[in-house]
Amino acid sequence: MSELAPVTEGLFDADGLIGGACGTCEERHFPQAGHCPWCGAAAVSTVRLSSEGSLWSWTAVQTAPPGYEGSVPFGFGVVDLPADGLQVVTLLTESDPERLHVGDAMRFTTVPVGDGVSSWAFSPSTT
Amino acid sequence: MSGTAGVQIAGTGLYPFGRHGDLSATAMGALAVRQALNEAGRDTKFQAAFCGTAYGGVAAGHRVLSELALTGGPIVDIEAGCASGAAALSMAAAAIRAGQYETVLVFGIEKMPKGIIRSSFFDPWREQAGLAAAPAYFALRAQRLMLDSGITKEHLAAVVVKNRSQGVHNEMAMFRKAVTVEDVLASKVVCEPLRLFMLCSPNEGAAAVVLRAGSGGVQLRAAALRSHLPGHVLNEGSPLSGLIDSDPIPPTALAAADAYASAGIGPAELDVVECQDTDAARELLAYVELGLCAPDELGSMLDSGATAMGGRIPVNPSGGLLSKGEPLGASAIGQVVELTHQLQGRCGPRQVDGAQVALAQTIGRGANASVTILSA
Repeated sequence: MSELAPVTEGLFDADGLIGGACGTCEERHFPQAGHCPWCGAAAVSTVRLSSEGSLWSWTAVQTAPPGYEGSVPFGFGVVDLPADGLQVVTLLTESDPERLHVGDAMRFTTVPVGDGVSSWAFSPSTT
Repeated sequence: MSGTAGVQIAGTGLYPFGRHGDLSATAMGALAVRQALNEAGRDTKFQAAFCGTAYGGVAAGHRVLSELALTGGPIVDIEAGCASGAAALSMAAAAIRAGQYETVLVFGIEKMPKGIIRSSFFDPWREQAGLAAAPAYFALRAQRLMLDSGITKEHLAAVVVKNRSQGVHNEMAMFRKAVTVEDVLASKVVCEPLRLFMLCSPNEGAAAVVLRAGSGGVQLRAAALRSHLPGHVLNEGSPLSGLIDSDPIPPTALAAADAYASAGIGPAELDVVECQDTDAARELLAYVELGLCAPDELGSMLDSGATAMGGRIPVNPSGGLLSKGEPLGASAIGQVVELTHQLQGRCGPRQVDGAQVALAQTIGRGANASVTILSA
């Protein structure tokens, strides 16, 4: 998995998501942007986001959308990261919606999304 | 209402929403515009034209009016996602109310690519990562609606059954066959809980209206356009993150508040609504955002038939986008054409009896939302 290049630089590494933290409103965001998306301030610093979260909404994509060359079906959802006060849109390693429930504990991982490229994902915690 | 004069819908034109082979968006637009101008009167002259389109390319509106030798005045093309046509309408209405023009042509044209809509809205890496599938975002919203309001898959199917049964009577619709709850639930799963029949099809078509300063006839009482407030992870701006517990007022509710205030009309006074049923859950969200009911009343609202033909407030008598399909730029003007005909009693088997006040709503990429109010 570590051999794969991230789909774009600066969003995540093997240890987790990389977001932005606003020096003005103190809220976090993802991906890190030039300005805070919540208050518009320019004072944004880089912050490591939590790798532990809980499932807030989910589905599975059955047909490859335009530009995507990974496998289908794939899980897709929104995970709460309470430590960051954030909800993030993410791929899910579980592609059977019946096996997921609101509030399920989720953990950061990466998944291949085509030839030699990986993206971030969350996986149901096994513990 | 601001300004001095009322704004009247003086003419309407529509090229059917569907798939039309090699026929260009320009040609469809010319036919719809010609029809609207004819209806407004043989000698109708307009001082400006606004054209809504998302995929029409450079000078799309100019190409339509060039075909009809109607150039010379200002022609402005407007892109606002699914609200493109409504944005054009709001610009035109404001110009008339300000006294800048007396008569303005507003039209929308589109020839959409097939399948899942590909949008320059997203960076290429986001498509590559599988994070640009519009139906997947619709599904996440539908899932939350089910969790938060007790709506079931059967309710989502019931929205489709209602709209498709209404679309049977619309000769301008793409899908004119009624379906059952069982048909809907048995159609292919696109993104759980959404089935194929629960999603509208991008397609092709054109619509046009002539707006004129003056009282009488069908009046354009309000044409509000708003965008999203930041914060919510599932707003139609499709951000990749949002703030936990952030619950900003949705753009449709913002536009509705503007439109109700400027028209001096409240949701209880509406006789008929056309709303953005991009997917079945999206129609239900609109009920709440437009003030037709509270979130926990959605199930009973549907079950009671309140939003079906003959109900308290029929929604999407045209069949909605689920029957018509959605040519982005033409869609919102198509709603206004339908509602104008409803207020004129021209809708035959899908006529809402005695309709006097009508509302149209769109919501889409941007995020852009529009709410338009008409009265007889």
